[in-house]
Amino acid sequence: METERAQETREENGGPVLEVKNVTKRFGATLALNRVSLELHRGEVLALLGDNGAGKSTLIKCLSGVHEPDEGQILIEGEEVRIDSPMRARDLGVETVYQDLALFDNMNVVGNFYAGREPTMPRWLGNWGWVKEGEMAKEANDLIDRLEVNLPGADMEIGLMSGGQRQAVASARAMAFGRKIVILDEPTSALGARESGNVLRLIQEAPQQGVSVIVISHNLEHIMQVAQRAVVMRQGRVVGEEEPTQENHERLVSLIVGSADGQVEGGNTEDGSAEPENGARDEGRRGE
Amino acid sequence: MSTLIERVTGSRLGGTSEQSIRLGLGIIRLGPVLILLLLVMVMTLLSPVFFSVANVSNVVVQTSVLAVLAIGQLFVILVAGIDLSVGSVLGLATVTGAIAYTFNQTAGGFFSIAIILLTGMAVGWLNGFLYVKGKMPHSFIPTLATLYAARGLALVISDGRPIPGVSPVVVFLGSGYIGPIPMPAIVVIVLAAIAIVVTKRLKWGRWVYAVGGDKEAARRTGIPVDRVLISVFVISGLMAGFAGLLTSGRTDAGFPTAGELSELTAIAAVIIGGASFFGGRGSVINVIVGALIIGVIQNGLNLLNVNVYYQLVATGAIVIIAVELDVLRRRLEERFRSLQAREA
Repeated sequence: METERAQETREENGGPVLEVKNVTKRFGATLALNRVSLELHRGEVLALLGDNGAGKSTLIKCLSGVHEPDEGQILIEGEEVRIDSPMRARDLGVETVYQDLALFDNMNVVGNFYAGREPTMPRWLGNWGWVKEGEMAKEANDLIDRLEVNLPGADMEIGLMSGGQRQAVASARAMAFGRKIVILDEPTSALGARESGNVLRLIQEAPQQGVSVIVISHNLEHIMQVAQRAVVMRQGRVVGEEEPTQENHERLVSLIVGSADGQVEGGNTEDGSAEPENGARDEGRRGE
Repeated sequence: MSTLIERVTGSRLGGTSEQSIRLGLGIIRLGPVLILLLLVMVMTLLSPVFFSVANVSNVVVQTSVLAVLAIGQLFVILVAGIDLSVGSVLGLATVTGAIAYTFNQTAGGFFSIAIILLTGMAVGWLNGFLYVKGKMPHSFIPTLATLYAARGLALVISDGRPIPGVSPVVVFLGSGYIGPIPMPAIVVIVLAAIAIVVTKRLKWGRWVYAVGGDKEAARRTGIPVDRVLISVFVISGLMAGFAGLLTSGRTDAGFPTAGELSELTAIAAVIIGGASFFGGRGSVINVIVGALIIGVIQNGLNLLNVNVYYQLVATGAIVIIAVELDVLRRRLEERFRSLQAREA
C-alpha cells in the first residue's frame, strides 16, 4: 500500500528532489561517510536509521551546510549544488531541525518563526527596517492552523513551553520555510508519548505542504507511523533500504545493529568488497 | 502534601497554579515600576518638598546622565555583555568636545557635538571589535581595558586639568530649559523614544534580543551575530557620548575625571530596571525607571538629611532585590514548563 502510494507521488512529480551521490567525508583518520548515496523523492518522508556513529548526523550536516563533503555530489532537483554554509542550505530550500532546536527562549512563537528573516519595510533600510509585525503574526497563526499543530498560542514565549511544544514550534518553522526539504534530527527522542503524537502528525502533514522530509530517529515505531522508506546506515555506509512496516521490523533492526551479515541482500556491503555501497544502491534501485 | 493534593484534584489545580504563575510573572515584569511608585509615595509622605515642581525637575536633571548611560548599557546587557568603559568614555568625550571647541569656535557647537559623539562611537566600536575579533572570553575584558585607556587618554590630552568653556549649544542641551521642562529631560526622552523604536520595532533590535537569547541559535538562523555584537558597543559608546554632552553642558567645561564610577551606576540602573544579566530580556522604559529609582533614592535621602553613605547601601539593597526577582522569574518559568509538559 505504502509503496504504491509513494510510487504514485513519485511518478506525478518527476525526479527526486534530492540526490546524494558517493559522498565521502573524513575527519582526520576517521572515515565518517564512505561513498554514501541516497535519493529523496518529492513528497516523501524518508527515515534515516542507524546506530550511534553510523554517520547519520554527518550526512545531514553535509546537507545543511555545516560540513562540506570531501568527495561526491549533492543534487537538488537534478542540479548539482555546493552547500557551503547553513545560509546557502536555506537559500536552496533545505531546513534542518537539530536536537537543540535553535529556539529563542526569550521570544514568542511568531518571533521564533521569523528570527533572522523578519519581513521589513521599507526595503532600502535593509536590516534597520521596520518589522511588519501584523503580517508576521497573521502568517504564523495561519500556518499553525494549517498544520493543525497543538500549540498554546502564537504569542506565548518559548521559554514557557514544554519539550514537545518546543519541538513542534521548531518543526513547524522548518516546514513553513523549507521550500523543498526538511531534515529532522531525532524529533521525538526527548518527548513523552502524547507529545510525540503531536510532532508525528506534523511530519505526516509535510507532503501536503509540498515538502519532502528526512527524519532521523531511533524509534522504529515512530518511523513506521510516518515514513514511506527507511535507509539504514552503519559505519559510515548505507547498508540497506526497507519499507518500514511491522513485517520488516526485525530486518531493519538487524541492518541497524549489523547482526545479519551474509543473510541480508545488502550483506555483501559488509565484507569490504571493492564497491560495497553499490550493492546497497543497486538494492535500492531494485526496490523501486 | 501538595503533591497529594495535586494527585487528587489533577489538572484543575494545575490550571489554577498555571494562572498564578502567569500572574507572578506579570508582577515581576512590573516590578521596577512598582518599586518606583512605592519609593515616590514614601518620599512624598516623609518630605513635603519632594513632590514639588522644582525638586522633581531637579531629580530629572540629576538622573538624565545616568539614564542616557543606562540606555546604552541596556543594549550591551541584552546580549549578555557588560560595558565597563562608559564612565571613562563620558569623561574623554567631554574633553575632546571642549578641545574641539577651542580649536574651531567658528564651526560652532555642532562640530564640537559631532566630535563628542564620534569619540563615544569610536571607543564603543573598539570595544566591540576587540571583543568579537579578538575572540575575548567576555566583554568585561575589552571594556575594562578601555575603562583605563580612555580615562588615561582624557587625562593626557587635557594635561589633567579641566578645559573651561564649551559651545552655547552644548550648554543649552545640558542646562537649558524649554518652558518649565529642562533640556536634559528632553534629550533623554528623545533618545529613549529612539531606543524604544530600535529595540521593539526594528529588525536590528529584534536581532539584539535574539543574540542575547541564544547566540548559537542566532548564528544558525542566519543573523549576523558578530555585527550585532559590535553594533551594541557602538550604541553604548554613542550613549556615553551623549552623557558626556549633557555633563559638559551642565558644567560648561571638559572634565577629564567626569563620570568616574558612573559605569557601575549605569549597570545598577539596568539591573534594577529588571533586565536580565543572562541576556535577552529588558526594556528601555524599565531601564529609565531603574535610573529614576536610583535618582529618587539619592534625592530623597538627601532631603531627609540621611548620611550620603546610606544612599549607597540602599542602592546596593535594591540591586539585590532586582536580581533575585530575575532569579525568581526563571524559577517560575521552569515550573510553568513542567506544568505544560504534564498537561500536553
